[in-house]
Amino acid sequence: MLYEQELKTFVEGTTNFFEVAAQQPASIGSPYLMEGPPAVHEYTGVINISGKREGVVYFTAPKAMLTVLLMKMQENDFSHETMRDLVGEVANTISGNARRDFGRDFVISVPSVLTNEKPEFTHKPGQRSFIIPINWRSHSAKLVVSLT
Amino acid sequence: MSSNGSPTSGNGKRSLKLMIVDDSNIMRRRIERSQQFEELEVVGTAGDGEEALELFKRTDPDVVTMDLTMPRMDGIECIGRLVALKPAVRILVVSALADKATAVEAMERGANGFLNKPFTDRQLNEAIAEVMR
Repeated sequence: MLYEQELKTFVEGTTNFFEVAAQQPASIGSPYLMEGPPAVHEYTGVINISGKREGVVYFTAPKAMLTVLLMKMQENDFSHETMRDLVGEVANTISGNARRDFGRDFVISVPSVLTNEKPEFTHKPGQRSFIIPINWRSHSAKLVVSLT
Repeated sequence: MSSNGSPTSGNGKRSLKLMIVDDSNIMRRRIERSQQFEELEVVGTAGDGEEALELFKRTDPDVVTMDLTMPRMDGIECIGRLVALKPAVRILVVSALADKATAVEAMERGANGFLNKPFTDRQLNEAIAEVMR
């Protein structure tokens, strides 16, 4: 079961990503329990988790935010493919960084990316899903963590 | 050109060949753009371990930056294969995987340095300098 104190790892990972990669901090809201189908933005990077814990971590963001994020990263390619690349890389970075606390047996997949589509995943017994709201430069995104 | 015929950079240092391996195009471009060493010439980039292996055989790089979580062949396996081909290659792992055990495993396979994502340009260049020492 995902405990609220474990969410701190993901909150810190998200904070760190924006501070370092985007060179501008994001405002991270209080995580809350997800009820009902997952809400997504235009692009979603999904990491499947296996090993000691099972589930998914996904980062979902609007195109507008990703465009500005790319600019901050000195990119000038704002194509659909680059958006997909970025959202997958964000999800990968935050999930991989979580191994600092969860350990090596927190096995992360390569990212899969969805466009205007909700991730489908089955809930295992004891699996809880939390939404971590992210606000960056007037844009909103979400990190969703769903783990046994 | 140096006195022994090997290519040199503008400051007279021997040119070293750099290969960048990461499944993210953004990361490959970032590393290529951000590295500040005149003597490092990017000879190619690869999106997974299998592609990296083929590119390595063709281009014979001196320095490699290596992501770990990649499709087809992951970075840990790729490191072992590259070092077997060329023991003198210098490999800097650039990965989001932040647990110590992974860093240890990478070094045991033959990597020379480990840099966690996300990173600043300064951190990248310091890490590259360290593996080139």
